[in-house]
Amino acid sequence: MNDSAGKTVDLVKAGLHRRHRRERRFRLLGLGAIVIGLSLVGMLFTDIVSKGYTGFFQTGIRLQIDFDPQRLDPEGNRDPAVLSAADYAGLVKQALRTAFPDVKSRRDKRALYRIISSGAALELRAMVLSDPGLIGTSRPVWLTADDDIDMLVKGHVDRTLPETSRRVKDKVIGWLERLEREGAVTTRFNPPFFTHGDSREPEQAGIGGAVMGSLYTILVTFLLSFPLAVATAVYLEEYAPVNRWSDLIEVNINNLAAVPSIVFGLLGLAVFINFFSLPRSAPLVGGLVLTLMTLPTIIIASRAALKSVPPSIREAALGVGASKLQTITHHVLPLAMPGMLTGTIIGMAQALGESAPLLMIGMVAFIVDVPQGVLDPATVLPVQVYLWADSPERAFVERTSAAIMVLLAFLTTMNLLAVILRRRFERRW
Amino acid sequence: MNTTVDAAAVIGAAPVAEARNEEAETVNPAVYEFTGTVGDITAAQPRMTARNVDVWYGDKQAIFDVGLDIGQNEIIAMIGPSGCGKSTFLRCLNRMNDTIDICRVSGEIRLGGEDIYDRRMDVVPLRAQVGMVFQKPNPFPKSIYDNIAYGPRIHGLVGSKSELDDLVESTLRKAGLWDEVKDRLEQPGTGLSGGQQQRLCIARAIAVSPEVILMDEPCSALDPIATARVEELMEELRENYTIAIVTHSMQQAARVSQRTAYFHLGRLIEVGNTDDIFTQPRHRLTEDYITGRFG
Ligand SMILES: Nc1ncnc2c1ncn2[C@@H]1O[C@H](COP(=O)(O)OP(=O)(O)OP(=O)(O)O)[C@@H](O)[C@H]1O
Ligand SMILES: [Mg+2]
Repeated sequence: MNDSAGKTVDLVKAGLHRRHRRERRFRLLGLGAIVIGLSLVGMLFTDIVSKGYTGFFQTGIRLQIDFDPQRLDPEGNRDPAVLSAADYAGLVKQALRTAFPDVKSRRDKRALYRIISSGAALELRAMVLSDPGLIGTSRPVWLTADDDIDMLVKGHVDRTLPETSRRVKDKVIGWLERLEREGAVTTRFNPPFFTHGDSREPEQAGIGGAVMGSLYTILVTFLLSFPLAVATAVYLEEYAPVNRWSDLIEVNINNLAAVPSIVFGLLGLAVFINFFSLPRSAPLVGGLVLTLMTLPTIIIASRAALKSVPPSIREAALGVGASKLQTITHHVLPLAMPGMLTGTIIGMAQALGESAPLLMIGMVAFIVDVPQGVLDPATVLPVQVYLWADSPERAFVERTSAAIMVLLAFLTTMNLLAVILRRRFERRW
Repeated sequence: MNTTVDAAAVIGAAPVAEARNEEAETVNPAVYEFTGTVGDITAAQPRMTARNVDVWYGDKQAIFDVGLDIGQNEIIAMIGPSGCGKSTFLRCLNRMNDTIDICRVSGEIRLGGEDIYDRRMDVVPLRAQVGMVFQKPNPFPKSIYDNIAYGPRIHGLVGSKSELDDLVESTLRKAGLWDEVKDRLEQPGTGLSGGQQQRLCIARAIAVSPEVILMDEPCSALDPIATARVEELMEELRENYTIAIVTHSMQQAARVSQRTAYFHLGRLIEVGNTDDIFTQPRHRLTEDYITGRFG
């Protein structure tokens, strides 16, 4: 007895060294995986941030603007209709001509006018409309520069290249350098990037439309998919009899989770737009499509969460005479809620990053206006990224990266919110 | 061939776990034969009556033709080897078996004259009248207060917050838990010790003032001191409630119960006053079990 016990210990000890080595190797392997993963993520983030942070800034040019009453309000009665229809672009051109009196030829003038964004006229109009008292005065105003100038100032255009192989000609660089010497050129944080919709002109394009579009789309997705998925999961887990039908439903739900998302887009096109005649490009339709796509994920996670609620809690509730519904709503659901929320977050994050199915329902259209509701045409962040990445202008490159950063920030905020929510629920034991 | 095997073969169709080949006793197999429950299944003042109860799990029958009365203000103990159907029978008494899809019950079980398996019978009032305490303490993951208050709340037993406060206090006092928890009513019930949790579960059951309390091995997870405390509590509760308890401990059955029922392979072998069962069992199977020959 003692003999064999001694032998066992010896054998165990002899093998111990090997076991420890294996354990160390396994730990190192895990650590290595994490390091590789983190460094890849780090590379991605560095690349995006280094390319994109300038996208949040915009070059402005200061010009002495003469708010000429003759040009803006010849009648002199400050009629808003007249004021908003006035020729503000003319004001900008006038100011440029005054600043550069030596530019004479038609062709040069046209080049000169192009250093200021065409959106500058809108900025001036907004100024005058909000404060008609400006009319008749002359004052320096910071105006948005054209995207080519912006790129030049930010150093994305190589000034040493031969003139023929860059978009900004020597003459224009000369004018700009004069302005720079006068301190009339600066690069500042650009709030309109967050409020504007898309535009053909990079310097006027903003992410606001896509953010609102994503927000509405996700809202619709959440409002539809969460209750639907929870109801489905509760029914399947708590009420449905176990038979061929419930097996069939289960298999189908698992299959749906694996269907490529573009198929849901085609389905949405056929059903919601062609059959139910819902508007194209609308967040409502986008939300419906993404609901179809995320439902299986949330249902599967919710069922797992319901399954993990200990049966003893159900028995306890039933034992004191709670009805089935009371047992579920008072005890089972609160305990399953953290798990359900986790599934929902995963589903929502998936939906937020999804672009393929939304292309099918027209959310890829060029939309300038910021959507005001779920029926307005809109686009979403990933699709906006795709659109900008596809645009030829150099200035859209940094905007693409900036849009990706906004998308990532959006995702992170959502996940954070969800973690906080989950903690709140968990604290109720 | 040993006799235990023969006996079991006579009693039930299920495979016999108790077979012991080394045991070479020569006993007349006839004494193991089951010819109906030995002893008086009726009680002087029956609170619940079960007759001809059969229970199936799918195709497998777990209870065979059991009839038993549960008398007013008595503690009846149900004993028997593992898997003999004690829990199954107990769970029939408040239709807890309804939660198991494959479980089917036939026969007649009455609570004060009402057939509880009647189609018109709702399980909610039934379970309010027949409470249950489980083997493993299973307090709700809520505060101690809410654990007690839950039943009265859902049944609308109290009108106001102060009434509820009073009810929670008196219930905890009845369960002998008040002094231990009165300063921590808002803390989770799951934070109590095992014995306290089980008493909390008993308190939760009596908070809705049931007439019958079913207990399925309530002390199996408790140490001797906590067990003694629960047993004391049962003795006190007997004045106002009827208790049916399943237990693996024959000492416990002998200590707390007035009547004892012995189950074997899904059949009720013998019922009688606890004293008689333990001192002079009439059926050979009962005798084997209480003398520790199998179980
Ligand atoms: N949910 C179930 N599904 C299928 N069979 C079951 C189920 N519950 C119990 N059984 C079977 O019914 C028989 C009686 O089980 P029961 O739980 O009533 O025994 P018990 O006497 O309480 O045993 P123990 O003392 O071990 O708790 C056993 O053969 C068991 O395998
Ligand atoms: Mg049992």
